[in-house]
Amino acid sequence: MPDAWQPKIDPYLDSELSADEMRGMDAHLRECPSCASDALRRLQLKRATRLAGQRYAPSAQFRSRIEKQVAKKSHAVRRWAWVPALVAPVLLLAAVVTVGRWYESYRSQQVLAELADLHVADLASPTPVDVVSSDRHTVKPWFQGKLPFTFDLPELTGTGYTLVGGRVAYLQHEPGAHLLFDVRAHHISVFIFRDTPDIERGFPARDSRGRVLSFNVESWTHGGLRYFAFSDANPEAVEGLCSLLKQAGA
Amino acid sequence: MSAHDPSAGFEELAMPLFDSLYNFAHWLTQNRDEAEDLVQETYAKALKGFGTFQPGTNFRAWIYRILRNTFLTSRTGLAASRTVPLEPEDDQEQTLAVSTETPESILLREAGQQQVQAALERVPVIYREVLLLCDVEEMSYQEIADTLAVPIGTVMSRLYRARKALRAALAGKMREARHA
Repeated sequence: MPDAWQPKIDPYLDSELSADEMRGMDAHLRECPSCASDALRRLQLKRATRLAGQRYAPSAQFRSRIEKQVAKKSHAVRRWAWVPALVAPVLLLAAVVTVGRWYESYRSQQVLAELADLHVADLASPTPVDVVSSDRHTVKPWFQGKLPFTFDLPELTGTGYTLVGGRVAYLQHEPGAHLLFDVRAHHISVFIFRDTPDIERGFPARDSRGRVLSFNVESWTHGGLRYFAFSDANPEAVEGLCSLLKQAGA
Repeated sequence: MSAHDPSAGFEELAMPLFDSLYNFAHWLTQNRDEAEDLVQETYAKALKGFGTFQPGTNFRAWIYRILRNTFLTSRTGLAASRTVPLEPEDDQEQTLAVSTETPESILLREAGQQQVQAALERVPVIYREVLLLCDVEEMSYQEIADTLAVPIGTVMSRLYRARKALRAALAGKMREARHA
């Protein structure tokens, strides 16, 4: 059934609501399965549009033509006009570097969008975790035999963070751990996957931080594993949990 | 920006947008040669008019507006605007009602990227452009409003209709694929 929040789902996914409204919508989505599944459907369409829309790339010749057109008028003197023979290999190199960077960025966006879907889908699910326990000694062994790797979890008593539980998640056909934590009224998803060449290409940096669809995201590697933390909580709250995980050897 | 050299700084602002401007132009024109002509003309006009650009304002919205206006006055743009069934754009209209169409989750699970692209091609250009600016270029509603020179309410209602049109086009593509 439509409700007062329904018209705000698109602006929410487009990050166009005020901070108060964003928080209100976060809370509403946790309570309303209808709006949560609608938000997920819209998010999937938005993501598919973004991927499909990045379709056309200019040719190297056209790029060169425009660069010359702009440079010719922008600069009265072209000091290096006497070395056209050098321009072609430089442009070729620039094109290779540009394509490489674009591909890295494309890969990382694809991975983050997939994880954002998992995070939102999990929160919308009536059973967000398959192993329900705040005890790390229960959650960690539950993954034995389900994942081709293991990981360490920190003691959270007195930190303000609570372990809710976990489940197995898949990223690009690779199984991994999806752990759910609570901090105040917010959920934080932590995903752990093997740092495969595919994932590594999208995230050449060891550590990174940023925002995806208004979620705060932090990512790091350790011991051949790649960690991602996703949440609508503030960056400090996400960073705090990540620090605890890193101290635990993650 | 120095007063005696209005073109200083243009290259630094304009060239990083080259790839995305080209992608946008190609989506509008649906033709490589026309897209190249459109981008080239956009850069020429932007460079010529750069003296009128106010530093501190949104350069991206400014150059996208030039590209779009240039497209609208081209032969393809005029033809596209003549053939688009324009619905009334009432800013006060409650446009974001619940969709009763097939859920995207089913469609998108079945559809590949090529089918989404083919569906996007079918969306009328007036809606396709707003989808591209919002979902691909990740512009804010304000930036899109500046680019299209329309109020934010119109941006929101066009986005609603654009997504509805995309869902319908995608459903059509999937039906065709099933019957092929």
